[in-house]
Amino acid sequence: MKFSENWLREFVNPSVDSKTLMHQLTMAGLEVDGNEPACVPFDGLYIAEVKTVAKHPDADKLHICEVDCGDKELLTIVCGAPNVRAGLRTILAKVGATLANKPKLEAATLKGITSYGMLCSAAEIGLGDSNDGIIELSETETVGKALKEIIDIEDNIIDVSLTPNRGDCFSLRGIAREVAVFNQLKLAESPVVPVEVTSKACRKVKLTAKKECPHYAGRVIENVDASIETPLWISEKLRRSGIRSINIIVDITNFVMLELGQPMHAFDNDYLKGDIDVRYPKDDEKLKLLDESEHQLKSNTLLIADDSGPLAMAGVMGGFESAVQTESKNIFLESAFFMPETIIGESRLYGLHTDSSHRFERGVDPELQVSALERASELILQHCGGEAGSIVEMTSKEDIPKKLQVILRESQIKRVLGIELDNSFVTETFSKLEMQSEYKENQWYITPPSHRFDIKIEVDLIEELARIHSYDAISVATPSNHLNMKRANQSHYSIKQIRELLINRDYQEVITYSFIDPALNNLLNNKDKSLVLANPIAPELSEMRSSLLPGLLNSLQYNIKRQQDRVRLFETGLVFKGCEDLKQNSHVAGLCYGNIYRKQWDKEEKSTDFYDLKNDVEALLSSVVETARVDFKSAESEILHPGQAVDVFIDDKNVGCFGQLHPKIATQLELNNNVYLFEFEIKKLNKRDAVKFQAISKFPSVKRDISLLIDETIPLEEVLSCIKNDASEALSNLELFDVYQGEGIEKEKKSLALGLTFQVTSSTLTDEEVETIMGNVLDGLYNKFGAKLR
Amino acid sequence: MNEIEKLQTQALTEIESVTDLNQLDQIRVNYLGKKGLLTQQLKQLGKLPAEERPQAGQVINLAKVAVQEAIESRKSSLEDEQLNEKIKQGNLDISLPGRGGKRAGLHPITLTLQRIESLFQQVGFEVVEGPEVEDDYHNFEALNIPEHHPARAMHDTFYFPDGRLLRTHTSSVQIRIMQNDKPPFRFIAPGRVYRCDSDMTHTPMFHQVEGLIVDESVTFAELKGLLIDFLEIFFEKELEVRFRPSYFPFTEPSAEVDIMGERGWLEVLGCGMVHPNVLTNVGIDPEKYTGLAFGMGVERLAMLYYGVDDLRSFFENDLRFLEQFH
Repeated sequence: MKFSENWLREFVNPSVDSKTLMHQLTMAGLEVDGNEPACVPFDGLYIAEVKTVAKHPDADKLHICEVDCGDKELLTIVCGAPNVRAGLRTILAKVGATLANKPKLEAATLKGITSYGMLCSAAEIGLGDSNDGIIELSETETVGKALKEIIDIEDNIIDVSLTPNRGDCFSLRGIAREVAVFNQLKLAESPVVPVEVTSKACRKVKLTAKKECPHYAGRVIENVDASIETPLWISEKLRRSGIRSINIIVDITNFVMLELGQPMHAFDNDYLKGDIDVRYPKDDEKLKLLDESEHQLKSNTLLIADDSGPLAMAGVMGGFESAVQTESKNIFLESAFFMPETIIGESRLYGLHTDSSHRFERGVDPELQVSALERASELILQHCGGEAGSIVEMTSKEDIPKKLQVILRESQIKRVLGIELDNSFVTETFSKLEMQSEYKENQWYITPPSHRFDIKIEVDLIEELARIHSYDAISVATPSNHLNMKRANQSHYSIKQIRELLINRDYQEVITYSFIDPALNNLLNNKDKSLVLANPIAPELSEMRSSLLPGLLNSLQYNIKRQQDRVRLFETGLVFKGCEDLKQNSHVAGLCYGNIYRKQWDKEEKSTDFYDLKNDVEALLSSVVETARVDFKSAESEILHPGQAVDVFIDDKNVGCFGQLHPKIATQLELNNNVYLFEFEIKKLNKRDAVKFQAISKFPSVKRDISLLIDETIPLEEVLSCIKNDASEALSNLELFDVYQGEGIEKEKKSLALGLTFQVTSSTLTDEEVETIMGNVLDGLYNKFGAKLR
Repeated sequence: MNEIEKLQTQALTEIESVTDLNQLDQIRVNYLGKKGLLTQQLKQLGKLPAEERPQAGQVINLAKVAVQEAIESRKSSLEDEQLNEKIKQGNLDISLPGRGGKRAGLHPITLTLQRIESLFQQVGFEVVEGPEVEDDYHNFEALNIPEHHPARAMHDTFYFPDGRLLRTHTSSVQIRIMQNDKPPFRFIAPGRVYRCDSDMTHTPMFHQVEGLIVDESVTFAELKGLLIDFLEIFFEKELEVRFRPSYFPFTEPSAEVDIMGERGWLEVLGCGMVHPNVLTNVGIDPEKYTGLAFGMGVERLAMLYYGVDDLRSFFENDLRFLEQFH
């Protein structure tokens, strides 16, 4: 909420400067979001009346005016504003005037006529945005009066950001109450005096929706002059509170809203037919609002209606047809209490957020309606004349929020805050906050004032005490600890390990959005239905990822566009699979593109290939699972190269995949080099059992190297398992150390060089024993694959 | 015995001029070996009269010792030379970079999260996690934010057509943990959160760490102590910290925590005492237990710690940005 500091000081004027005042507000829980000077500095501006207007002989758009500014003689002013006319009260900048630190104004000759000053627009003097013409003032402004005597130049606009619980501070009086408490002052409040009722005019009110509107006050005022300009002191206060001047009646209702916190509405009484009713719509009712938007009313819209139909959307915005115009003669003023939930629902339903709805949503003092109505009536009668009818008040007592009595136990203060507060401080604080309190048997029985409807339970009172005592003054303590150890969260632990391993293998961690572009998602996964946001921030951020790969590919493209030719990335995070039966699992995925190493001084540059990726994958897996439990199988995948796609199994469960990105997709993504990818579900990786020690053999091992000639199509894995099968348990290690094709080898054959190590724990193997085993192995290889020694 | 002197002189000259360990060894064999020249002389002692033998033997032995010492000394100097030569050949430009793969780095948000986690783990906080697609109950209702609560408007929630939503804070995790276990509780819940908002200072996804202690005597004073400690240790300096009243539906009293920065107060944390309604919602008796809770924006802390000035750079994943945190 924005307001003028000086206006606040009319209610309570602590002897502290602006900075301190704003600090106090912030520390009271009314956070000051910003502040700015209320207007540009000026001098030499006066209220003036245009006496005569004549056309400039040499310029179509200029007028020569005789202007009265309270001096003995009229001044000649040349003015180009379209709205200049005889009788208009406006603002004159005299010769010598200063505006916004510009040089002093001098007499100027315009097409042969000398102008001794300038008539000003609202924008020129910083009193508004309007630059259409010169400012038009009320006839009540005194000609010749200096503008700075009417409006404060030395003023601040303070913007406080109010928390949802402090609806009571949505007015100058509300904020002033807080300032008074923190400065040990009393509010300077002139009690509202009811205006004299001089008219019999009256409009009946009924509350069909009494639960939603338990209190409604209204009154007719007849014979008002709504055509007068709003006095500067009112319009300027509105402007400094961020509210535009509309017409005198609307301005006064807004003024009272800012002053007291009660939103009000004024109808043109001559438009109304029969009784006012607060109700829900009947079938097929429509309403055109003040902002000229037309609405087909939804069934849960609370309305103000008369016998002929809807007039206003209750608490949110008035109707277009029934609105007070400058021509209106008779008005009906409304001051009502609507339940916050009703207005929240309504403004959300139509996406309408107004100063009025904002206040009703946060809550208005349910006892404020009549005094606000009297205050508005007073101002209207004062400025627009007229005769007020008596107030019609409808109340549904059982639906009005009850004032609650809240009990505060003395012991609870220390229990929650950790400090002791003097009983006298407690009692005094409640009294300052206008709370009725009674202390007996170590308890306070508190009844908050009607504007503090946010105080409902004991801790609310404790918070008030802490707030007034000052949070900063609460001493600091160290939390005590129950020193109980907890079992480590395994998946959290493996994520840490995996991350560490990947960065050590030169994969940079990235964090990408969990919602992705449907087009990219579709390119990578067109089988499963994705979870789609109802209200995405942008169409390209609308589907929840079911894999981390789209995000990585997106980051790859981003970096390639920024001249990176080698990119290695990984991410960990949740992916979202399925819709109704949604699974949210933590994945890790990585990507490499370009050379295996960064450019270096004595290594040949080599592009990453499948086996580089596989090495990284093997390292990753070995950090979290025993190698023997891992199985790699050729995969059929839409997103991977058909010859370089691997599904990874642990204990026969699929845990993820890796391989080369399908060249078709790479082309579609305009990637010039091969991309290698992996992705795993972290929870499924975490399969490492506690290590069981095995004795190391005391006896020497025997090694045999063989070089096999075999069909090139036979996978190594089959060869290895054939050997393991035929060798006895004496085979303690089996490793491949060369694969060769080319010169010296028949076409469609390859040569595999394998090292076999034999060792047992009970004795030294003899040559004969090893030869026997080797014989079995070679026979097996020959019988199965036709493999021969080279 | 001129013969012996001659042999010794001759041997010493040869030793002096030798440049190679093999040649030196050959000299040793030539003079001191079984058939060496000096050894031969010893064998001829028998031809001398008995009374002359001792003296003649001593002369030969002295010569042998002298030659032996000369060989040893020459050997050690040759070895030194050889080693020096080898070392010389091994002199490298040590300023050339090491060979092989380099290390990459973690994302600065992960680094920040890890620092936060380790600080709270030191004082016994568990690290817990929860789902990001949440239901209304865990994200709002159970946290004392019923459907028509004005606080919902501040959350800019992402919804799915069936009413589920993306969690707007990690506070939803408190509910899940407390529902499934018994007090005392002491945990932090780090993770991604989502708000339907995007501009200079907002990204639709960001990270929060929510923390909670529920125990039999937890107070606001302890909350202050814990968070001031955390902030000073996190930022590695003494800080001016202030607590000011604020409002969160799930805590009462509630506070915002500001630290003094170069250009004034900066909001870094929200916190408060767990609202009795929240405890009741998860079946904990608020008459027996109190709780403290706090929540922090990880990006905000990371920006302050690293001096990053644009929130959005965390999610662009530009390598030139990320590599600065290696």
